[in-house]
Amino acid sequence: MIITNHSLKAIFASSIAAAVMTASGSALADYPERPLTLIVPWAAGGGTDATARTIARALEEELGQNVNVVNRTGGSGVVGHTAMINAEPDGYTIGLATGEVNMMHWLGLTNLTYEDFTPIAQINYDFPGIQVAADSPYETLEELLEAIRSEPKGTFTASGTGQGGVWHLAFAGFLMDQGIPADQVIWIPSEGAAPAMTELVSGGIDIVPSSVPEARSMIEAGRVKSFAVMSPERIPSFPDVPTTNELIGSSYQVGEWRGIAGPKGMDPEVVATLESALEAAYNSDTYQGFMSQQGFGTEWRNAEEFGQLMEDMDSVFGEIVEQVGLAN
Amino acid sequence: MNGVGLVLNFETLLVILAASLFGIFVGAVPGLTATMAVALLVPLTFYMDTIPAIAAIVTTSAMAIFAGDIPGTYLNIPGTPASAAYVGESYALAKKGRAREALGINLVCSVFGGIFGTIVLIVVAQSLAEVALQFSAFEYFWLAVLGLSCSIFISVGSRTKAFLSLLFGILLSTVGLDMMSGAPRFTFGVPDLMAGINFIPVMIGMFALNELMSYYASKSEKKTISIVDNDSVFHNVPGHIKRYWRNMIRGSSIGTLIGALPGAGADIAAWISYGVGKGRSKESAKYGTGNIEGIMDASSANNSGISGAWVPALVFGIPGDSITAIVIGVLYMKGMNPGPTIFMDGSGLIYALFMVFILANLMMLPIGYMAIRLSKFFILTPSRVLMPIILCFCIVGAFAINNSVVDIWLMLIVGLVAYVLAVNDFPMAPAILGLVLGSVVENNFMSAMLRTGGDLTSFFARPISAGLGIAVILLWCSPLLIKAYRYQQHKSG
Repeated sequence: MIITNHSLKAIFASSIAAAVMTASGSALADYPERPLTLIVPWAAGGGTDATARTIARALEEELGQNVNVVNRTGGSGVVGHTAMINAEPDGYTIGLATGEVNMMHWLGLTNLTYEDFTPIAQINYDFPGIQVAADSPYETLEELLEAIRSEPKGTFTASGTGQGGVWHLAFAGFLMDQGIPADQVIWIPSEGAAPAMTELVSGGIDIVPSSVPEARSMIEAGRVKSFAVMSPERIPSFPDVPTTNELIGSSYQVGEWRGIAGPKGMDPEVVATLESALEAAYNSDTYQGFMSQQGFGTEWRNAEEFGQLMEDMDSVFGEIVEQVGLAN
Repeated sequence: MNGVGLVLNFETLLVILAASLFGIFVGAVPGLTATMAVALLVPLTFYMDTIPAIAAIVTTSAMAIFAGDIPGTYLNIPGTPASAAYVGESYALAKKGRAREALGINLVCSVFGGIFGTIVLIVVAQSLAEVALQFSAFEYFWLAVLGLSCSIFISVGSRTKAFLSLLFGILLSTVGLDMMSGAPRFTFGVPDLMAGINFIPVMIGMFALNELMSYYASKSEKKTISIVDNDSVFHNVPGHIKRYWRNMIRGSSIGTLIGALPGAGADIAAWISYGVGKGRSKESAKYGTGNIEGIMDASSANNSGISGAWVPALVFGIPGDSITAIVIGVLYMKGMNPGPTIFMDGSGLIYALFMVFILANLMMLPIGYMAIRLSKFFILTPSRVLMPIILCFCIVGAFAINNSVVDIWLMLIVGLVAYVLAVNDFPMAPAILGLVLGSVVENNFMSAMLRTGGDLTSFFARPISAGLGIAVILLWCSPLLIKAYRYQQHKSG
């Protein structure tokens, strides 16, 4: 009896010791040994959510662990991004960070900046397009821009995101690039591209500078036409939509990046494991097939390049926010 | 008809059956909602083919909306927001020992509404979507004001208290990031409050938690329905249909139309239909005391609203409500891009989808009947066992909608406030509608003002907008007009 009791204790003690050792020393070698959580700062069913779920599925195959997508929505992305930086930096909670990281703090919504993240990899980049209603009196981008220039300030209205959202700032930046004051076109805030599309078709507004895939169903329905996309090259699934560079020689190309990031202070080994798994997931048929079918832009940047992009875009958006008069 | 093969196979039928049971369970448990059920399905649909995936969502949402009436009837706790409009009606009937009769007519109206909405979807989806596309900020503003006004006009008891309750809801709706200015309001530095106050934890707090607290406050063990009901589920249904078939048709038409408007869903449809029903009924005084008519109005409307919401979703890829917003995402992931091409691509997918709708709604009859028979559980389980279980589900439901602990606190605080309000005879329903529609009214008003440079007459400049505006103003003036008319009659008579 005593012996049994004693040996039990011994087994117990040694197993604790083993557990402690695994937890401290050799844990990294086995990473990941349990499922990961991927925080998405936008709603289930949207484009970002679909991108996240697709990369999560591809990543599962690389890591051999489940990757659970959790939506933390609202507050123009503040809620989800805050949840990402407040997670334990153990590599088991990561997130799909979006370009809003470079806008929110300029708008005075939050104190978090790109410096609060550990960048892992960029997986997508979407450029804004210029969409108008099919029955719009303007036939080309040049005509539209000419009218915006010559008509009095406030004649034209545009919509597609909330105040200070990505398409608002990207479009304001485009106007400034064309030598037009940013407030020449009034921005009507909306909850996203979909409600803006209905407003566009019902005649409530004039322009929606969302990404072209967001206008796809309305373009196919013959209700909306896309004049141009502000990208370096035409989007493969919309070959008829020219780039702004082809039409007016503009090289202004500011859009929405999406990438995988974690909280600050992640172990470099864990980051390296995730980075190489993500590269394989990015190149998988699952991910590439889905993105090209949707017309979403694919763009790969590794951890270092992604960090650099976040830094560069931060000053770009800071300047636009300042010019538009939204700085806080 | 290659769509038939896509539906009538083992996998799809099994999915429909499983989704039915899942939907009934989620709908019938206070605290868990239809939107949450659909959101939980998204990861699962990833591993299914297109048609089973859609079938799972259609079936789950339709079942959950019906099943929301079960705890509403037995416990006065609506299972989903769409049942909140008439929960008082069915609970009053249950107290009279007519719970099954109420649920029976509810079930038949739900099936009728769902199929009605589906037929509209099949026959006139494209032209109905055209009408919905005429709606701009001006029209939505009036529609939301109409919904808010209905909540006061249909409330039982003091209208002043109903109005104050509505204002409380509107106040809650102002929390969060203001869409127009982009400025945070009443967030007190809590990031989670930036997203605003989600109406689901609030609804759970207001109805479920409030009901739990009044149970513990009242001390009497058997506060819930004392009469064990053995009335028949379907016995009185033919009689009711014969008398009130107009309510079913009217409710379903209103439901489909409102559902088809982007952004307005089954909950608003149920309110407006109930309000219209009360206004047009010969026995409007009976509304609120356990009236079968009101149940028929609203329960046909909320299920037809579910189908109606698919109209803009399929034709233009624009969500009609929070459920179809998720559906569109699933469709995209399955490579089935919503839009006009979905009707023409010749793959039969669209026919398969229609069949799924009809099947899901028909399945509601047997499975709903089973659920009604089983829901005796709510009476047989001693309250001291049932109530803590409900509390657990309330906490789970409040957390699950946003994966946020803040929402649990929100539910608890709102529950306490609601208890104080309820003890003082303030109705809860207007507050919920205020929270749901408050931001719709505000954002559309601001949006309209921004683009017209503050010109108020613009709300009457477009034909549909002007029509809706006049209807709202007439509704507001109706108590005065009726009084004036009666006074005239009195003087002359």
